[in-house]
Amino acid sequence: MRQRLVVIGNGMAGARTVEEILARGGDFEITMFGDEPYGNYNRIMLSNVLAGVEDESGIFLNDLSWYADNGITLHASTRIERIDRFAKRVYAEDGTETPYDKLIIATGSRAFVPPIPGIHRPGRGYHQGVFAFRTLDDTRAMIRYAREHERAVVIGGGLLGLEAARGLQSHLPHVTLVHAAGHLMNTQLNEQAGRQLKDTIEAKLGIEVVVDGMTTEILGKNAVTGVKLADGRVIPCDVVVVAAGIRANSEMAAASDLPVERGIVVDDQMRVQDEDDIYAVGECAQHRGEVYGLVAPLWDQAKVLADHLTGVNPFAEYHGSQVATKLKVAGVDVAAMGLKEPEHEDDEVLTYAEPKKGIYKNVIIRDGRLAGATLVGDVKKVAFLMQAFDRGLALPEDRAELMFDLGGPAGEVKVEDMPDDEQVCNCNGVSKGTICSTVQSGCKTVSGVMDKTRAGKGCGTCKSVVQRIVEWAAGGEVEEDPAASYYVPGIPMPKPELMNAIRLHSLKSVSAVFAKLGGEEDAKSKMGLASLLKMMWGAEYVDERDARFINDRVHANIQRDGTFSVVPQMKGGVTTPAQLRRIAEVAERHEVPMVKLTGGQRIDLLGIPKEKLPEVWADLDMPSGYAYGKSFRTVKTCVGSDFCRFGVGDSTALGIALEERYQGIEGPGKMKLAVTGCPRNCAEAYVKDLGVVAIDGGKWEIYVGGAAGAHVRKGDLLATVGSADEVITLTGRFLQYYRENANWLERTYAFVPRIGIDRIREIVVDDSDGIAAELDAAMDASVRAYRDPWRDRDEPATPGQFRTSLPLIVLPQVPVRA
Amino acid sequence: MRPIASVHEIPLGEGRTIAVDGEMIAVFRLRDGSVRAISAVCPHKGGPLADGQIDLKQVICPLHLNAWDLRTGCSLSGQQDVAVYPVFIDDDKIMLGE
Repeated sequence: MRQRLVVIGNGMAGARTVEEILARGGDFEITMFGDEPYGNYNRIMLSNVLAGVEDESGIFLNDLSWYADNGITLHASTRIERIDRFAKRVYAEDGTETPYDKLIIATGSRAFVPPIPGIHRPGRGYHQGVFAFRTLDDTRAMIRYAREHERAVVIGGGLLGLEAARGLQSHLPHVTLVHAAGHLMNTQLNEQAGRQLKDTIEAKLGIEVVVDGMTTEILGKNAVTGVKLADGRVIPCDVVVVAAGIRANSEMAAASDLPVERGIVVDDQMRVQDEDDIYAVGECAQHRGEVYGLVAPLWDQAKVLADHLTGVNPFAEYHGSQVATKLKVAGVDVAAMGLKEPEHEDDEVLTYAEPKKGIYKNVIIRDGRLAGATLVGDVKKVAFLMQAFDRGLALPEDRAELMFDLGGPAGEVKVEDMPDDEQVCNCNGVSKGTICSTVQSGCKTVSGVMDKTRAGKGCGTCKSVVQRIVEWAAGGEVEEDPAASYYVPGIPMPKPELMNAIRLHSLKSVSAVFAKLGGEEDAKSKMGLASLLKMMWGAEYVDERDARFINDRVHANIQRDGTFSVVPQMKGGVTTPAQLRRIAEVAERHEVPMVKLTGGQRIDLLGIPKEKLPEVWADLDMPSGYAYGKSFRTVKTCVGSDFCRFGVGDSTALGIALEERYQGIEGPGKMKLAVTGCPRNCAEAYVKDLGVVAIDGGKWEIYVGGAAGAHVRKGDLLATVGSADEVITLTGRFLQYYRENANWLERTYAFVPRIGIDRIREIVVDDSDGIAAELDAAMDASVRAYRDPWRDRDEPATPGQFRTSLPLIVLPQVPVRA
Repeated sequence: MRPIASVHEIPLGEGRTIAVDGEMIAVFRLRDGSVRAISAVCPHKGGPLADGQIDLKQVICPLHLNAWDLRTGCSLSGQQDVAVYPVFIDDDKIMLGE
């Protein structure tokens, strides 16, 4: 028999939980009880209904037909009076009783009405002209009454009070907001932000705001005529709206002997303490001491409860929500998360205020992580801040980036203003319209949209715009992709965890990793795993060639027509007449379509068919220059002190030595290096993954994390050292640290700021963690394992390793022995 | 139904292009031992699909990393679909046909 699920409460929490249960295919006989006579509506939108910008019909989330369509029995206008926990029944006001197997309490909360003299009239409820602001009926009554009156006072300067004040302005000319605390929205905002909000609201909306105003009496005999404050002031009015906060509706639960403090006490599965079959969600629930009054925690709770009840994940747990809010309060953008004031002496606080424009921004950082942020009047950075806050991301070194978009065209565009046909991803030609329609078709993760459309999958510079478009198109319903933190998409683990598991189980091949950790083989994960295993196991790595990308299978870079480019090693960009002559001869003999100088100071032979690669390598008889792998690529140098009249260090000799030592080392991304003989930087060392600059006095500066591709970044100074040997050692140690800790395809320009240059310097230069010797030893092992891959020419690693795959011409049919 | 290649010509987990009556077919040998065959040319920009990386489900074109379902030929990244060919293993030969 199907289990009977009874839900007390038909508000946002109750209905959302039921939706989540249905979405998981939960098979229950569902009965819902609602106090109000309607289907389920979006309470947050009531302020829009009050303001007249939204129609009543527009705020319904589920109308009555939804209940029928899903086989849900809805008892609207029916209040539950009591639960019998032992008989497992609920009793309604109208005398009916309903049995349950599982019970969800989602009774929400009600307006808190302070005991102010004159607020009630005996036998009549509220005094005439006094309203609470909580339900659709409250809203309707308020609109009807306000239309025929002149002056309103709103009691309460929190979110709800501000919304009520703005809404009332649509119906009568004078609105005064009276707030007992010293500044508006004092739960969410600090004093300065609250003051800014007050100034903006008074100037922009013409609402009069009184703070430090304790209401002591509601005046008027038959109807309201004014309110009296503690300082004796009287504000004349004919409408009073009370928006002084909310209280959980938990009396019924308390009367039924359930544990109630500020709300109904629940555990991490939203189960009422000490009960087996009773749950509570939403504003009526108290979880780990918190009672939430916002919608986001409620969504989280509903998901956990649905996972648990349907058995999709019986062990799902809710661990509380980091409350971050972004709202338009009475027409003013406000966002707040975490701390509103610093608490410790060493909390970093950044504040920016521009009162004339109504802008206030405040950011609080603790131990390098975002601990709180407040934005008033300008919330452009809110998406970024919320993400940093939720996930505890490392923050940009330039703290100003937390508050402003500094440079870069990406930050300037407003996605809502972009035309649909505007090309967002210039590598793969994806328009805003395509991204939006992908979101509308149900794909609501950034990575999912990127996979489907290929937007952001080229050079990657447009990723932030793609993300913002997805967020905008999904209307704040972006789903987090758990895979974003995985090292590769097919194994659900971040890199450190993955490396531990690989070590623990001694997994030495890519197929072994899938078998043990991933379940199913995943083409998109193979290359990253192959790189990681090679780095971890060195000579013990079991090399499965199918785990390699084609470039790594044939040691050349695939070109648009399926041919390959061949770049022989040319250490430090220094060559000889003999080498040039040999390259020229080979190019002529094989009729190489293009011979090109590369940006890495080498010579590229382009257009070589796959089947001719071994022959070309043999004729060249030079080692590979690794112009194809996620590996150590080149060391670009300038002519240095031997010839240049400005050179202060022998950059060519050092460049050659670096390349000699670290040639072919594979890593999570390409590693491009340079050594330049003086700070004029002819070899562009400041914008390399690792760049070395000779300075006067026989010293060398080492910069890391530079880039000059789609992303341009000047490297950070890691260290200044006194000898070439030290440069070579630190280079190896830094590269090894990068290899072990960077995410797959994370170049140093992202890795270095993520870890922070100071932290990297501690580890790599100062050896604060005591791992320098280990890093050096691991790098040394990799260096010793080096073997020129172009030696594959003598003995192919697999059958048909160099067989053409590109049908430029019709191939002869493969003869098969009968 | 006819033999088009020996299984030993295709390493486990890789693909090779094979010409059959003037048509180019990319034949893959999956890690579970089975074989799949699709049209050899990527409909996006003409990339050699036999050079792509595969798993039990899909092949990824090496040029722009578009993906296709090996069993149905359906694009998994918004491109045109590719033709699929019925193949199976008989003894150590790869056979084309039902």
